[in-house]
Parts: sequence; structure tokens; C-alpha cells
Amino acid sequence: MVIDATRMKSLGDRFAEAEVRGRSPWADARKRFAHNKAAVAGLVVLILIGLFALFGNLIAAWSNEELDFAVMGQVAELGRPSFASGHYFGTDDLGRDLFARTVQGTRISLMVGIVGSAIAVIAGTLYGATAGYVGGRIDNVMMRTVDILMSVPYMFVLILLLVIFGRSITMLFVGIGLISWLDMSRIVRGQTLSLKHKEFIEAAQATGVPTFTIIRRHIVPNLLGVVAVYATLLVPLMILTESFISFLGLGVQEPLTSWGALISEGAGTINYGTLWQLAFPLFFFVITLFAFFFVGDGLRDALDPKDR
Amino acid sequence: MLAYIAKRLAIAVPTLLLLIIISFLLMHAAPGGPFTQERALPAAVLANLEAKYGLDQPLWRQMATYVWGIVSDFDFGPSFIYKDRTVNEIIAQGFPVTLTYGSLSFLLAVIVGVTLGVFAAIYHNSWLDYLAVGISIGAQVLPNFVMAPILVLVFTLWLRWLPGGGWEGGQWQYIIMPVIALSTSFMASIARITRSSMLEVLNSNHIRTARAKGLPERKVILRHALKPAMLPVISYLGPAFVTMITGSVVVDIYFSTGGIGKAFVDSALNRDYAVMMGVTILVGALTILFNLVVDILYAWIDPKIRY
Repeated sequence: MVIDATRMKSLGDRFAEAEVRGRSPWADARKRFAHNKAAVAGLVVLILIGLFALFGNLIAAWSNEELDFAVMGQVAELGRPSFASGHYFGTDDLGRDLFARTVQGTRISLMVGIVGSAIAVIAGTLYGATAGYVGGRIDNVMMRTVDILMSVPYMFVLILLLVIFGRSITMLFVGIGLISWLDMSRIVRGQTLSLKHKEFIEAAQATGVPTFTIIRRHIVPNLLGVVAVYATLLVPLMILTESFISFLGLGVQEPLTSWGALISEGAGTINYGTLWQLAFPLFFFVITLFAFFFVGDGLRDALDPKDR
Repeated sequence: MLAYIAKRLAIAVPTLLLLIIISFLLMHAAPGGPFTQERALPAAVLANLEAKYGLDQPLWRQMATYVWGIVSDFDFGPSFIYKDRTVNEIIAQGFPVTLTYGSLSFLLAVIVGVTLGVFAAIYHNSWLDYLAVGISIGAQVLPNFVMAPILVLVFTLWLRWLPGGGWEGGQWQYIIMPVIALSTSFMASIARITRSSMLEVLNSNHIRTARAKGLPERKVILRHALKPAMLPVISYLGPAFVTMITGSVVVDIYFSTGGIGKAFVDSALNRDYAVMMGVTILVGALTILFNLVVDILYAWIDPKIRY
């Protein structure tokens, strides 16, 4: 049999071409994400907020610790937002610059959100993937444990933890980390169950790959889409949790601050005519949550191959 | 059905016990005892105090006494800070208040949320739908601690219609704002869930059949669509209940309504561990009970779930 060299060549070319033209699921998702206006707007807002948190201090005229003695006691009259005094967002009732405080609060709130979400990603993914992949009695016990932990009113336990071990930001991270992974592990387990009987997993098993390596190399990468979407949606929930606790005065402590603490201060002083104390932190809080929800929804639509 | 309920109970009881044991151990892990003060007490006084509260017993014994007190007499023991009050008295004082505005908020969230969601689904892609979706997206980022100051700002400071806080035995003016602040974000979630599940159900085969055989639209929706569409809503009610009871803490603090949330935060700030644990366990028990009811309701509505 003579192999037609030119034909082989053209076949090879066609394959190579297909290789070039073929779109990876991620490139596809990127394209779909870019078409989603709300999601792109959300992403832009998030980038702006991130820049504000990182570089806001550079344009602040006052530091977050300085007290402006000129306005102290007359905050309602003298402490209002103005460019002339350098207090772009006004001052709080102690005469501290609200712009600098907002930058600081943004940093801490975003950090809590991202760290809480990261813990959820790591712990939840590993736990859920293990339970789903191993299955049987171990799965049963692992998921029952999650069920039990989920029916505990965690906010109360979290406050209990914060009171007993001292109110510090580390404890806040630990407490939020303890609860954040539960939902994630459930979602990941569900996904793993559907992946488990795919041929490539069987192939890996047949070639004798150890269980944990299968989970790490073959299961987890295939979960990334779901995990990414859920992690994005989890960040605002973590921020909400932190703000809730800080609003009660049990979370982040002075001189540190967060959106929740700032909103709480603003809410406590609305009687005195210093509305900006509530308005600015609330504005940042609300648009960030909006942005995260839109980006999360956009990611979900972009990565969901069903409506291609 | 009975077997199913028994099975759920078999999970609920250990969960509650676990919660009690965890909070008890946490309390013990806390640095310093309840009688640690700036000026050290004489050793004899301390020993007497510890004997009075049973703190000289071994740990397992204390725990057994505590658990037994709750199980047999529903007794959470004495407060560590208020010498003349027991945890039960403190809870009994605040609980009716929380129950009043909590259940009103829950009802409001479910009724308005479901109605909004159902109408949004029926009039899909109309202005009503867009309005409902708009409201539910907006309210997603308005949790109770954001709603509360905004409501006070508008209705108390600007319009001067409602008092900014207090309870006064539960007169209606004092109930309105706490109920709205607590229910808004749940209303939004319930509306969103109802809308999407209703849309799915309305496109399903049995609804087409119902329409094909000429049932009036009203009947199609009330008799055939509503029940299956309620399933996701019901499974959302469990988590909603937990978040709502947590939110009552904010309401109690911000509106000074004097519910158990107030007792909880006060005890957290005073390190009154007995009250904290009492409230935590009570809330945990309520949560578990509520989840049990939700599960049973779910199994009752959905014949596919079998034990």
C-alpha cells in the first residue's frame, strides 16, 4: 500500500488547523463573559475598588490615625466632605478623616472576603472531592458531619468564639474559615459524583494511579469552573458575615476598621446630621457586593456549557 | 412517614447534644474563670463560690449536670454576672419579643416573596417581572444592618412617622420597622427562588397537559403549578430561619426592642458565659426543630422523597 504523501500532508495540515482554530472551554468562557455587560461592569468596579484599597492612601490628605482638632466637636458643621479641608469624605465624630478610614475598611473587608473564600476553596474542594470520590460509608459519615455542622447557628458560635478567645482579626479569620467551606464541600461533592464514572477516571484507575493522585490530578481540575463561580459568590457572603459581626461591635476592633464597623458608626450618628458617615461606607459596601454578585453570575453563565 | 420522622429525630438529637457539648467545652477553654476579677478574691471565698456553682467538680461531672439540667428541667443555670437572675429569666424576658417580630417578618417575607415571584413568573418578561427582578437584586445587598439605619433615617428622621426604637409592649408603630428591616433580604431571595422555579414548572409537560385539557389559567397555576414550584422555596426556609434569627440580634441592638439578641450581645460583652450558652443552645434547638419541620413538610409535598 502506497501512502499518498500529499494526502497525508493535507490531513496533517487540517488537523493542525483544527488545533489552531479549536477553542478551549476557557477561551470560550472568556468570550461569553466579555459579552455580558453587567458582569464586565462588575469586574471594572471590582478593579476600581481594588485600586482604591491599594492606592487610596496615596491621595488621602490625612492619615487614618490623625485627629483633626479643628473640627472636633463641630463635626456636623465643619467636618462635612470638602476638597478644601482635605477631608474628601468628611470626618467621623472624633475628627478622623473618613476617606482614609474608608480605604482602611475596604482593605480589611476585602481581605476577610478573599481569605474566607480561599479557605472555603481549599478545604471545601478537598473535603467534597474526597467524600464524593471515595463514596460509601466514608462519604456518608463525612457528609452527615457537614449536615450537622450546617444546622448549627454558626453566627452565635462565631460570636462565642470571638468572645472567648478575644476579639481579634485572626480569630475572625479562623471563625469565618470554620464555616465557609461547608456549602462548598457539598457542591463539590455533587460535581465529583457526576465525574466519578467518566471514562478518563476509569482509565486512570485501570492504570493504577493512587486514589489521592486521581483526586488531585483528574477530579479537582475538572471542578475548577464550579469552584470559581462559587468562590466569587462566596466573597460577598463572607464580607456580609464580617460586616454583621463588626456592626455589633464584636468583630474588627479599633484602631482597625471595616465596612461593617464604619456603617455601624455611621448608623449610630445619623441623628447628629453627619450623614456622610453612613453614606460613604454604605456606598462602597453596596457597590462591591453588587459587583461580586454580577461577576459571579456572569462567570456562571460563561462557564455553563449547557446554553452554548 | 413515621419512620422518616423518627430517622430525622435520630439525627436532630445528637446534633443538639453536640452543640451543647461544644459550647460547654468552649466555655471551659476560655482563659480566666467567671470569678476572675481585677482584685483577686480570697482563696476561701473563691472556693465557696466555686462550690456554689459546682465548679469544683470534675469537668465531665459539670457537663453532665449542665446537660441533665437542660434535658430534665429546661434549666440553663444561674447567670454569672447578675447574681439574682437565672438564664431562664433572662431568656423568658426577651424571647416573646423576638418571637413576635420574628414570626411577623417570616410571614411577611414568605407571603410577599412568593406572591411577587409567582406574578413575575406568570407575567414573564413584562414590566412586573422586571420590577420584581429589580427589587430582588437590589434587596440582595440590603441586609438587616443596612436596612435598619436607612429605615430610621427615612421614617424617623425625615418623615417623622415612626418612633426610632423601643418596644412598648409591642404596639404596632414599634413593630413595623424591625419587621421590614429583618425581612427585606429574605423577601428578595424567596421572590427570586419562586420566580425561577415557577418558570421551570410552567414550562413542564404536566402544565401543558393541564392547559391542553382546557383548565382555566387560574386553576392551572393554583392547583398544578404552585405546589411543585414551592419545593425549592421550602428548602430555602431552613437556612432563612437561621439567618433571620441571627439578624434579630441586629434588630434588637439597633431598634432597642429588647429581644434575646440584646441579652446575647450584652452577655458577649460582659463575658456572661452562662447566658451566651443558654441563648446559643436555645437558638440551636429552635433551628434544628425548624429544619425538622421543613424536612417533614418537604417529604409531605414531594412524593418522590421517600425515606
